[in-house]
Amino acid sequence: MDFSFAFFYLFAAVLLGSAFMVVAARNPVHAVLFLILAFVNAAALFLLLSAEFLAMILIVVYVGAVAVLFLFVVMMLDVDFAELKQGFLQYLPIGALIGVLFLIELIAVASIIVTKGKIAGTPLAVNAVAQGARNISNVKAIGDVLYTTYVYYFEGAGLILLVAMIGAIVLTLHRREGVKRQNISAQNARTKLAAVELRKVPFRQGV
Amino acid sequence: MSDMLLALILTAIKSIALLVVLLICVAFILLADRKIWAAVQLRRGPNVVGPFGLLQSFADLLKFVFKEPIIPSGASKGIFLLAPLVTCILALAAWAVIPLQAGWAIANINVGVLYIFAISSLGVYGVIMAGWASNSKYPFLAALRCAAQMVSYEVSIGFVIITVLMCAGSLNLTAIVEAQNTRFGFLGWYWLPLLPMFVVFFVSALAETNRPPFDLMEAESELVAGFMVEYSSTPYMMFMLGEYVAVVTMCALTTIMFLGGWLSPIPFVPFTWIPGALWFVLKVCLVFFMFAMVKAMVPRYRYDQLMRLGWKVFLPISLAMVVIVAAVLQIFGWAPVGS
Repeated sequence: MDFSFAFFYLFAAVLLGSAFMVVAARNPVHAVLFLILAFVNAAALFLLLSAEFLAMILIVVYVGAVAVLFLFVVMMLDVDFAELKQGFLQYLPIGALIGVLFLIELIAVASIIVTKGKIAGTPLAVNAVAQGARNISNVKAIGDVLYTTYVYYFEGAGLILLVAMIGAIVLTLHRREGVKRQNISAQNARTKLAAVELRKVPFRQGV
Repeated sequence: MSDMLLALILTAIKSIALLVVLLICVAFILLADRKIWAAVQLRRGPNVVGPFGLLQSFADLLKFVFKEPIIPSGASKGIFLLAPLVTCILALAAWAVIPLQAGWAIANINVGVLYIFAISSLGVYGVIMAGWASNSKYPFLAALRCAAQMVSYEVSIGFVIITVLMCAGSLNLTAIVEAQNTRFGFLGWYWLPLLPMFVVFFVSALAETNRPPFDLMEAESELVAGFMVEYSSTPYMMFMLGEYVAVVTMCALTTIMFLGGWLSPIPFVPFTWIPGALWFVLKVCLVFFMFAMVKAMVPRYRYDQLMRLGWKVFLPISLAMVVIVAAVLQIFGWAPVGS
């Protein structure tokens, strides 16, 4: 029993509350901001599990990059949220079903971890397990398996992301005719000789 | 339990002490910025309040605090007031892990560099929230521009950090400084072996903190104040404070990663007697002087040029350097055995 116990309940409560507000908020931008709050609290929970590397990566990737773009899109789109909310009841059964499925899976996973850790009953059981096996830093522990045992999965995930990125670029890139583009290398390659032409203009005759 | 409580109180006291010192330093840094800028332009700069204008920042503080904060009627009030707080608090939070000397960090955590990177990547929220909550199209457009800029330069900063981490073999800021402690003194610090990365990091830091020549977010002469147009009095001051604290943080990070932190530049006896914290402050001031000189001398970038520099120049260079540095470390067997 120590402070981390109290902090766990604090972060978990804020996480659940903000996750609820993501769905319940009337304003889409507020919803995304609550989503960010939920991400940050999830990172704090990772910290309590002494998984500091995962916590920081969660913040850098999800909060620092993904959620920013999310916020961009939500701000730019002219979403009529009242209209969206009208179909809410229609989708409620499907949403509830998925939610229950996730809940069952989570309980299954958590119960396995707790019983294997032999410290049943406390929410910080995982923390104790993690602490026991720890002599090396978190980063090294992840790196050891990520780049050896799971290297193909890791590279595969990277390639999928690369394909997605190239796909997004190809979809949005269209070169229109008649648009003047800046050619930096051509500009830098210009010299005084090539750019300036001196001509002797005869008087009263013009060029 | 009482041990935990004691540790908690001790941390709180340390944090407050650091914050007070930091904020006073920022007040003088702000003055130094204006003085250097003025000197380059052959002006006097602020010279009325106090001797040599030393108290100018405090006079500005009082002026900001006693003015009336004006909130536009169409603004989203909560977010409008939250935005400057976010900017300011995040900028200050980064200082929790910065070691001024061996052991002089509030939290000497394993992933210190990553923490600072994460915190600085959150800085963009203050800008977006302010731009959106103002409910006016000019702040909003400026916020979009600024957010795109900050996100772009974060990428190259990330790669620069990775090269330094590979050389140091740790994400801990104290360990990174210790790794630069060689018999070559200041020639062994990472600014020389990783010189291209140092330049890339310096320029990216300018762009990340929206300093001139990359100050497109507030560009006084064309945009008035960018996303801060609607802000006045204390909320505006918090933006300004957050911005300068972020600048000092970037200077500190440059010092730690490339200029050997608290290490003495000449590793002989009379110089190593000088306390490390003093070296650290001197180096931070040196980096800030470079920031200020760039502000005074370089004209502002055009927006498309800024984006081109970030994505088409810095990103390939830093990515290539990650590969090259990794290869060199591996081939020569210099790769550190991390803990």
